[in-house]
Amino acid sequence: MESKEHWDAGRPQAASDQSAAPAPGHNGCGASGGAGKASCGSSMAPEDMAPGVWEKVKNHPCYSEEAHHHYARMHVAVAPACNIQCNYCNRKYDCANESRPGVVSERLTPEQAAKKTLAVASAIPQMTVLGIAGPGDPLANPDKTFKTFELIAREAPDIKLCLSTNGLALPDHVDRIKDLNVDHVTITINMVDPDIGARIYPWIYYRHRRYTGREAAQILHERQMQGLEMLTERGILCKVNSVMIPEINDQHLIEVNKAVKSRGAFLHNIMPLISAPEHGTVFGLDGRRGPTARELKALQDRCEGQMNMMRHCRQCRADAVGLLGEDRSAEFTTEKVMERDLAYDGAARRAYQATVEEQRNEKAAAKEAELEGLRGRQSDMVVLVAVATKGGGRVNEHFGHAKEFQIYEAGVGGAKFVGHRRVDLYCQGGYGEEDALPTIVRALNDCVAVLVAKIGGCPRASLKEAGIEPVDACAHEFIDAAVLAYYKSYIERVERGEIAHTPKGDAAIRQGAYVAA
Amino acid sequence: MPYKIIGSQCTACSACEPECPNNAIREKDGTYIIKPEKCTECIGYFDDPQCVAVCPVENTCVIDSSVARYQA
Repeated sequence: MESKEHWDAGRPQAASDQSAAPAPGHNGCGASGGAGKASCGSSMAPEDMAPGVWEKVKNHPCYSEEAHHHYARMHVAVAPACNIQCNYCNRKYDCANESRPGVVSERLTPEQAAKKTLAVASAIPQMTVLGIAGPGDPLANPDKTFKTFELIAREAPDIKLCLSTNGLALPDHVDRIKDLNVDHVTITINMVDPDIGARIYPWIYYRHRRYTGREAAQILHERQMQGLEMLTERGILCKVNSVMIPEINDQHLIEVNKAVKSRGAFLHNIMPLISAPEHGTVFGLDGRRGPTARELKALQDRCEGQMNMMRHCRQCRADAVGLLGEDRSAEFTTEKVMERDLAYDGAARRAYQATVEEQRNEKAAAKEAELEGLRGRQSDMVVLVAVATKGGGRVNEHFGHAKEFQIYEAGVGGAKFVGHRRVDLYCQGGYGEEDALPTIVRALNDCVAVLVAKIGGCPRASLKEAGIEPVDACAHEFIDAAVLAYYKSYIERVERGEIAHTPKGDAAIRQGAYVAA
Repeated sequence: MPYKIIGSQCTACSACEPECPNNAIREKDGTYIIKPEKCTECIGYFDDPQCVAVCPVENTCVIDSSVARYQA
């Protein structure tokens, strides 16, 4: 079907017992190469933010990097209409293997969406957040969007509600959003300069008229800023998504970052342009490329000194279900959901979430122990390490099964999550090992090692040849602790002259989709 | 002449339905259709036909020349 600009949405979970704050201290980002703001993007612990804010985000996978290892979100596709056109979006396109904002295979009525939400919440106790992100714009479909929220709030008050919008209609709906207790809103803001906006948005539909060019971008810009201000005035947490479009807004996003920060945005998520020609978007057909991994990270690092950056966004579909990085939507089609008759079990969910909190505490303790081992060491070496994980914050995925790798930047000050690389093959004409390996090597080219639960002999040799050390010694350990332990061994071996510390190259960001397992 | 929706191009996004001042648009068989006897081309309501203005696919809401023009 279609496409549209937004994606992730979300809103955290309140009910469960809290305390459980993860990693004490600064998250160890201090020393790492990037732009050294202490709080690691959104992976910060309570020391980095007001306790009230942490309470709001700690179980929200889209608003907290730390939470995204433990908690899941779902989107319900109740909002097909949109009120603007973006050059990175093609409303006509749909593909079952596609994972990008605006894409969805099945649309739901509010009643169906509520039932689906309860079914998923009962089956996946980590599911804490229900978001409406399209496939159009939720606020261009206000009746359907708000009806869905009302139904879910009535049945499952512990589920956090959130939405993602382009902002054009936002000022008209802020009070309704507040009344419904939606306390997380994401606005996609790609520019604060209408001349740049005119190259991104061919038109908007506003107050019964279609506007084009600079005029359209000017209106959109004013409405976005007004909406953002209105949200923050009311204490609603606001995340800003920006699509990084090389040669159009890549440098300009620094201005956007300042503008949204000064208006109280809580988190900035800069995402790479998805522009594969087969998607049929204007940018795709024009051959406009997306940024490389290094370009994206450099921009995120530059903005990080200004405010918290989100780097764990998976640019997921408008009907995604599960942890970020996985999509279980195929298990919960309307047909499957409607035939079930289930009772919503809030108690089981709370019990499960309590165990997650225990794990978070264990994880924080393990990380502290490793940090202790690095204390007092001097080194300006900063390296990237890839990790295969399937959730829970542990190194627990087999190399050959990984659909993505998480990337951590490690230095003497600690380890921080700086991104993820997709390695699944999509429309690549072939799925064999001989195709997969070079793709993975390209995606991890800037990393010195990859930490896995297990790895076969053949890929092990190929990785070594490419200068990426395969490590399975830390299987099933917590990621942060494992990365720090690896870093310690790395600098010790460099000091002893056993290995050479050489600069790594750039890496490729995969376009296209996740292929569901 | 009223407007019509070219079904093969309609993405069924539903954006046009609430914008029509005449309630002339509804879903049928997976796409949207305009009831020709209800369509006024938005004359008397708006400067532009709303279905055309909001439709995400160019040249999908078009004049249906097989039906007599609306008389204001």
